[in-house]
Amino acid sequence: MSDAVALRVAGLERAFGSVRALRGVDLQVARGEVLGFLGPNGAGKTTVLRVLAGLLLPTAGQVEILGEPLNPDDARQRARVGYLPEAAPAHPDLDVLEFLHFAGGVAGLGRRARRAAVERVIERCALGDVRRRALRALSKGYRQRVGLAQALLRDPPVLLLDEPTSGLDPNQVLGLRTLVRELGGTHTIVFSSHHLSEVHAVADRVAILHAGRVVADGRPDALARARVRVEIEGADATRLARALEGLPGVRDVRPARAPAARAAVEVHADAADDPRPAVAARVQAEGWRLFALETIRDDLDTVFRAVTGAPPS
Amino acid sequence: MSALAVAAREVRGALNQPLAFLLVGAFAALTAAYVFGLHPFFVEGRATLRPFFEFAPFVSTLLAPALAMRSLAEEQRTGQLDLLRSWPLSTAALVVGKFVGALGLAALALAATLPIPLTVAALGPLDWGPVLGGYVGLLALIGAYLALGVLASALTSSQVVAYVVGFGLCFGFYLVGRAHPLLPAPLGGWVAAIGFEARFTSAARGVLDTRDLTVFVGVAVAAIGLAIEAVDARRWR
Repeated sequence: MSDAVALRVAGLERAFGSVRALRGVDLQVARGEVLGFLGPNGAGKTTVLRVLAGLLLPTAGQVEILGEPLNPDDARQRARVGYLPEAAPAHPDLDVLEFLHFAGGVAGLGRRARRAAVERVIERCALGDVRRRALRALSKGYRQRVGLAQALLRDPPVLLLDEPTSGLDPNQVLGLRTLVRELGGTHTIVFSSHHLSEVHAVADRVAILHAGRVVADGRPDALARARVRVEIEGADATRLARALEGLPGVRDVRPARAPAARAAVEVHADAADDPRPAVAARVQAEGWRLFALETIRDDLDTVFRAVTGAPPS
Repeated sequence: MSALAVAAREVRGALNQPLAFLLVGAFAALTAAYVFGLHPFFVEGRATLRPFFEFAPFVSTLLAPALAMRSLAEEQRTGQLDLLRSWPLSTAALVVGKFVGALGLAALALAATLPIPLTVAALGPLDWGPVLGGYVGLLALIGAYLALGVLASALTSSQVVAYVVGFGLCFGFYLVGRAHPLLPAPLGGWVAAIGFEARFTSAARGVLDTRDLTVFVGVAVAAIGLAIEAVDARRWR
């Protein structure tokens, strides 16, 4: 396995009784990459993260973490993975400082190292104002930040964040985005979210999970696919489509609505290719009159809806 | 180190709640009431702690599951078990830490009964050797009960269910020896051998028999092992 890959998941399957939550998930995350994990409820995002955190064993498939096969009994491997679960820390009788010292003690940090680590994460997660406040008295947002702080305590190279912005107010969401961006590059981060805008703003790459499978995987801009609308006079839509099919980078040509006496199609191209020059050249070569040649960019929301089968908004 | 951190947290967490003080106080009060009230201590006129050591094993079947019921069940109920298991902490260290924490609380409960031998010693000449032996034996017995309680707590996310199951296990081990005449050999012999009530007879006299201690420790180790398996089995659920 390449050293550049921090997490590798191949053919991952997980069943809960008769329910197949994961049906062959394939995923690779490079070192220092921030992967946004999108998917509707029940898609399997949390299950994947729980497998990576060593809390669940796969029914089938391979998982490698930093080049080693997943071994939940290997404390050294677990020390290299920080995990923020869906349920934020809730020890009712501990305050923030006590909880983080407890987490550090369990992780085997000596007193001096623990004190330094706790102060570092308190500052990083902006918990200074509530360091002496009982966990039970904290808002959901603050508890979420305490959860993030414990995940960062050992400064692990891999961070798994399950819905990290859940319960945060807009300012806190912004702060968390900044923090994730700061950590990216030096840390491999996988975070799940329902918020497409958040993933778009923070992630280097997006994987969309649906019904236990990865149905889309790529850079946010690449996933946000582009279409080109072509409107001409001089031929019908069928002839126009046939003429444009096969042009370099063109994946698909579909008829589109057009004013009377004109024909229009939508040209779907690969992300890296802009088909407009080739389209314009072909229209000119055919002697048709070109009325429109415009790029329509699908946002991540549209892509998400398309690949998960949800109706368009 | 990790297990000790869990144990220390367990003791502190329990002492932050009134239930721990209630249990410790109830244990001391019940045993004292038996020794000086229900038992004809003053009629017998002997400075002995045997009534205490005869009664304490039974009260311990009520105390130990109560001290252990919260250990893993509450972590499961609040979802904190996932957080703990995501840390670089082996399941064995987690479960042993929970057990040691509960044992620390049990030691506090035993310490709370020290006024009983001190009172007896004030009333007459008390031989402290058998008292010390009896306390060590009682701690070993309670250790076995606590391990059964931790096992019950590992099986459920409800403290109430954990208590009921834990009490059933403890009481079962306490009384199972009495069933030996009803069972065919060699089963009857085995059952008699693990009955805690009979096993504690020597300790109640202040005599520490390594065979008795081996049974208590053996049951505790087996129960802790099963609790570790129960927590690890969550990876398959």
